[in-house]
Amino acid sequence: MLIKQLSLFVENKPGSLYPICKVLKDNNISIRTLSLADTEQFGILRLLVKEWEKARDVLSEAGFIVKVTDVIALPVADRPGGLAELLEVVDKHNISVEYMYAFTFGHNQTAVMVFRFENPEETLKYFHAENIDAIEAFDLFK
Amino acid sequence: MAELIIPNRIYQPEFECMDRAERRALQLKRLKESIERASVLDFYKKKFKELGITADKINSLDDLRRLPITTKQDLRDYYPFGFFAVDRSKLVRIHASSGTTGKPTFVGYTKNDLDLWSTCCARFLVAGGLTPDQVTQIAFGYGLFTGGFGLHYGIEKVGAAIIPASSGNTQRQIMLLKDAKVDTVICTPSYALNIAEVIKAQGLKKGDLAWKFAHFGGEQWTEEMRLKIEDALGIYAFNNYGLSEIIGPGVSGECAARTGMHIQEDHFLVECLNPETLEPVAEGEEGELVITALSKEACPIIRYRTRDLSKLFWSEPCPCGRTTMRMSRVKGRTDDMMIIRGVNVFPSQVEEALMKVGGIAPHYLIELYRPGNLDQAVVKIEMLPETFSDKMDELQKLKNSIDREISAITGIHFDIQLVAPNSLERTGGKAKHVADYRGLKID
Repeated sequence: MLIKQLSLFVENKPGSLYPICKVLKDNNISIRTLSLADTEQFGILRLLVKEWEKARDVLSEAGFIVKVTDVIALPVADRPGGLAELLEVVDKHNISVEYMYAFTFGHNQTAVMVFRFENPEETLKYFHAENIDAIEAFDLFK
Repeated sequence: MAELIIPNRIYQPEFECMDRAERRALQLKRLKESIERASVLDFYKKKFKELGITADKINSLDDLRRLPITTKQDLRDYYPFGFFAVDRSKLVRIHASSGTTGKPTFVGYTKNDLDLWSTCCARFLVAGGLTPDQVTQIAFGYGLFTGGFGLHYGIEKVGAAIIPASSGNTQRQIMLLKDAKVDTVICTPSYALNIAEVIKAQGLKKGDLAWKFAHFGGEQWTEEMRLKIEDALGIYAFNNYGLSEIIGPGVSGECAARTGMHIQEDHFLVECLNPETLEPVAEGEEGELVITALSKEACPIIRYRTRDLSKLFWSEPCPCGRTTMRMSRVKGRTDDMMIIRGVNVFPSQVEEALMKVGGIAPHYLIELYRPGNLDQAVVKIEMLPETFSDKMDELQKLKNSIDREISAITGIHFDIQLVAPNSLERTGGKAKHVADYRGLKID
């Protein structure tokens, strides 16, 4: 299943991140994970939150530019070759990874790799065919 | 009375030092001829008809005020050749100047026009020290811009040698300056400051160069800049003024007394008007220059609103002996035109480029700096939801296409900065589009 990710435009200057987190805090929204891509002058903040619709609405209302993107969260085995197994599928189908980031969650600290592909639905099928199943939103945010 | 800082030379004393009453008679005769020439143009034909004007009804120079005003927009409306009053076979040159949007405006020259233009340039060049035995270097771009070619033919007229270096490549400019023992340089004042810095960095001293005179135009500058340039380079710097819509450089220029720029009054009638009321302002009061070309054949322009703010002086005689009216440095503009590295740029051009990229124009702010001596132009653009992407390469592509469009339209590369929505200041609901931090305003 695909996960909804929020992407926000931020300027690369002091005080750019706090107002975003403040809006989430005021609305009692917890961040599961985030990733920040930056250039000298601006950046893109990518957020995974459970109540993504609410977060999108309150952040947009607060004047931020928010874009919703489908990403795939895949479990990564904590051993040599864990990530290579995932990328082998990507490689086999000649798919380009737009970007990716990792985090761990849950009691057993499962490692998760979040991927952004051009055609997420199709890519998901390729993983499924190799018996690699994406983490469901339900599990990710429980 | 002001002192003469260099030997006093006058290229055409018979016109430059003409008795004022005699000159007025000449101006009136030429104004009538100019109206005759302009009457073949649709624009003036219509205006003259509405106002009941014919050449024989113009009996004194005061009648000038009855003539219609011509604006940049009028020139644009008749693009490309609606202001050309001669047959194509009579044209020998066409230049262009940037407009408020992508299209330029053309200006044409006959053989006589080119001769007139070079003569006007020769006058201010000689006034500012040019003699036939000198070697000159032109560091203005040669092209559609009137600066390069205008000065080139003016210098030829005087009989000095020209190194047509054109703009850019400061290292090579300095090599030429030094090795060819150049006496006179033509460039923008900010470029001269840049040369001065590079010379200093190379460890060259004032005495290593033969350089004595510089003639500056093409952009706004200040008296402080003059002092700085003269001190750094050990030269005399002279100011000149002109605009392509009228002819190019050569409308006016400074003499050895440097008490304002002498207007070539036998060829140009210059009025100084209140930009709101279009009524003349008193001597020495600031107003907008409105210029009528008296002798031009290809484009006989009448009462052109230059948008340039200046002051006119005529009572006090000049120690150089010229009897012509003088104008002060151009202080600013009555519209939002910016001059960046000598190039005319309008905010609407930037807006047009942004429209082309995103389909809608976001809020933007142009910031102008002069960190060293060269203009730096930044444009801050508020990010729009429509053009935002979660992918970095897409945003980089967006920046690149904005850069490409802006430079295609303006000829200037801006530093493109994408900023957060609502982060740019709005005053009274109206967005401010230009912030100039170059310190060029003169009071």
